[in-house]
Amino acid sequence: MSAPASGLAQIGKSVFIKGELSGSEDLYLDGHVDGSIALKGNNLTVGPNGQVKASVEAKGVVVQGKLDGNIQASDRVELRKSAVVNGDISTQRISIEEGAFLKGKVDIHRTDTK
Amino acid sequence: MSSVSQNFMKLFRGSSGPPTTPAQSSQKVTRRSSGLAELSRSWESAEGLCVLDLGSTSPNNIRHFTERGHRIYSEDLLTASTDPELAIKDEEGNDILDSRKFLADNLVYPAAQFDVILCWNLPDYLDESLVKPVVGRLWSVLKPGGMLLAFFHTRDAGPDSPCHRFHIVGGDVLEMQKIELRRESRRGATGAAPTALSEGFQLQRVFNNRHIENLFRDFASIKFFLARDSIREVLVVR
Repeated sequence: MSAPASGLAQIGKSVFIKGELSGSEDLYLDGHVDGSIALKGNNLTVGPNGQVKASVEAKGVVVQGKLDGNIQASDRVELRKSAVVNGDISTQRISIEEGAFLKGKVDIHRTDTK
Repeated sequence: MSSVSQNFMKLFRGSSGPPTTPAQSSQKVTRRSSGLAELSRSWESAEGLCVLDLGSTSPNNIRHFTERGHRIYSEDLLTASTDPELAIKDEEGNDILDSRKFLADNLVYPAAQFDVILCWNLPDYLDESLVKPVVGRLWSVLKPGGMLLAFFHTRDAGPDSPCHRFHIVGGDVLEMQKIELRRESRRGATGAAPTALSEGFQLQRVFNNRHIENLFRDFASIKFFLARDSIREVLVVR
């Protein structure tokens, strides 16, 4: 289980946030968020205790906990084995570990690399 | 074969928690599938298909379709059917599942959305009260001319009839992995400690050909493939 890197912005497991969460740095979220998350150009990690009910927009998204909402990632999405995701995923690349639970659509959008 | 209510109560005895999620053992068995072979010809030749996978979430299957430019929807209906909130009593006091609530929470798609539905062995393990309503909903979300693949046991082999999840590893090759259940502690509303469930899903019934034809009677055509491992593969077209 990957732990948050030091210096990374973190939301601990006892924190509840209701509303719009946005930022311009990578975020490790192990608490509860109900609303929306926008980290354009940055990465979001939902930790094993994380419980998110929000649409997510980020560069990369790693899920170890529970996420209810659509994920739009400009780069990649990783669902770890403990992930429970209910929502559609739109990304360029995706990796899903054995044991992860997904209910939703997976849409891979390719960008031409010329 | 155990009754539906026995299986159901065994699964939830003493529990008011959330639905279980499948845990995967490492044991995988490879089998050839004639139904898959026929079906795969469609996704190898067509572009931008919309596929619904009703088995346990399979990274293989998601990769298989997205690499070919298709869209895949994943929805584990069997796990969803273990939601304790579905449990109700009928007029005679028997334990049944609330099919209306189940269909309000699951398989919620526009009509004629999918080109392909991978049903796998879902009907064999799904609670009796859900089978017909689910097949009815599958008919409505499948496009006219769309295809559905399902597997049925030809006999009840007891412990040798485990419920599997299916990974596509080739045009006509599947990897089958026995599903075992574990309590998903993270999703517990009460925060209670996880409860280990060693038993997997149990075969609910054995459909014969007439049952299967009756189940899919609203579809335009049905094709059977009998395999050596007592599995009858069925490819139906809406």
